[in-house]
Amino acid sequence: MVATNVSKSYGAGEFTKQVVQNCSFTIESGKLTVMIGPSGCGKSTLIRLLAGFERASSGTITIGGKPVTGPGLDRMVVFQESALFPWMSTYDNIMFGPRARGEDTPEMRSFAELLLQKVGLDGFRRKYPSQLSGGMQRRAELARSMINKPDVMILDEPFRGLDAMTKRLMQEYYANLYEEFRRTTFFVTTDIDEAIYLADRILIMTNIPTQVRTVIDVDLPRPRHIEDITENDAANAIKMKALGLLHEEAMKSFAGGSKAAADFIDAYSRRMVKG
Amino acid sequence: MVAAARAISGKLTGFVAGDDFWRGVVAIAAFLIFWEAGSRSHAWFGFSFPWVSQVPAPTAVLQAMFRLVQEPSFWNSTFLSTLRVFEGFFAAMLIGIPLGLAMAVSRTFFGISFPVFEVLRPIPPLAWVPASIIFWPTQELSIAFVTFLGAFFTIVINVIGGARAIDVRYFQAARSMGSSTWDIFRRIILPGTLPSIVVGATVGVGITWAVVVAAEMISGGGSAGSMGGAAGGGLGFFIWNSYVGGSYTQIVAGMISIGIAGYASSAALRKIGNLMTPWLSEN
Repeated sequence: MVATNVSKSYGAGEFTKQVVQNCSFTIESGKLTVMIGPSGCGKSTLIRLLAGFERASSGTITIGGKPVTGPGLDRMVVFQESALFPWMSTYDNIMFGPRARGEDTPEMRSFAELLLQKVGLDGFRRKYPSQLSGGMQRRAELARSMINKPDVMILDEPFRGLDAMTKRLMQEYYANLYEEFRRTTFFVTTDIDEAIYLADRILIMTNIPTQVRTVIDVDLPRPRHIEDITENDAANAIKMKALGLLHEEAMKSFAGGSKAAADFIDAYSRRMVKG
Repeated sequence: MVAAARAISGKLTGFVAGDDFWRGVVAIAAFLIFWEAGSRSHAWFGFSFPWVSQVPAPTAVLQAMFRLVQEPSFWNSTFLSTLRVFEGFFAAMLIGIPLGLAMAVSRTFFGISFPVFEVLRPIPPLAWVPASIIFWPTQELSIAFVTFLGAFFTIVINVIGGARAIDVRYFQAARSMGSSTWDIFRRIILPGTLPSIVVGATVGVGITWAVVVAAEMISGGGSAGSMGGAAGGGLGFFIWNSYVGGSYTQIVAGMISIGIAGYASSAALRKIGNLMTPWLSEN
């Protein structure tokens, strides 16, 4: 999946707000590409463009050479907060895609069973989303996307808002799932540790209007363990480099009056003193 | 274990032994005593309480009710009112739900129909009574029509609001997974609106009871009024007739019957609604 010189602005005339500007990147097949950037830099806008929910003001997005013109089965988006259908059980949610396409076949049903086991929700198949914990909801949503076997999985800060313990468990769950299926993935986050633990490639984004600042290849061997990442020198070198770049971008955003950026700079400088 | 067991038994006895329960019992008992004393104030204290002394005492009303429940004509009245309520109510559901959904889904249709709807909505159903007596061929139909109006606007407004409030991400998710427009309507919009339909129906049936009684009083009890005499025209006509005949205990007995019938209808609808929206109640 390739984005070439993509720009997106909202509003018109002198009120135009440029959110994405001349942004180009590639989501390589079979790899996990993580996009990280300062808060409010336009990451979610990029996701809506990739998903086809919105059209770019200029530039092109192609998947397998074909231009993206709208939402499609070749791309699945997992949203920031749970978008499971509250009126359907876990199993019905997972089977939503196949049923929508008239594919309620024995093969699909057994694939649903496999996914239920993989995400550890076998015992919760009849529960409604409101009866699941936050982490379970995220896993159910992963399964609901994966059953459609998309060419590209797009995840928009999927573990945001979970408590620290659950988040870490989810990262491990997710890394295992990825290593097993190796589906092309585009993963958006603001958490640098999460990015390094999961990514094959990291796209570091600039402040708004956003474009790719740097691409860092993460060639740490898989399967990875969170403990190793914190002690690995290569991983720490990547982290320092990424944090340095993000700091620069956050400073620009801060100069523009962003509270989130101020918080980031505050946390960053404390971390640097400690490290 | 002990704590869990205590919590469960606490839940069972909680309602009966809880403060709220006893406050309720005391409040109702005090109200009845005040009412009884007020109604019999002339006999008991030698002077009449203002207003309350005009109202028949609760014990007298209870006696009247005992007498009434043994009379088939009373049950016939209750049956007639219930029938009219549900005729109007089901018609309102049958027309109101599709109309509300169409208005929520289609911007064009909304633009055409909403202004007309909003002009008609504030007209109280009872203001329609004379017109509907003229327009409809039978008394029975005109009462049912006014009853229909009582529930109709509430249901439509709730359906529109409910369908509009469905999260955009559900549509985006469904569309990405290959849903057709019909599939989205059937599996997203319909279940997503269901909770609001239940609320609209529960509120609507309450209004329907309020309207049917007044319509019966104004229109003289409908077609059955002439055949069945005093108690043949529904509970509204029954109360009106009791007033004309000077039987004050029967007026209050009729009022209480309507209260019970209205409560039972709302409770039944809430029950059905809970069964239809299990994802809201199970925890």
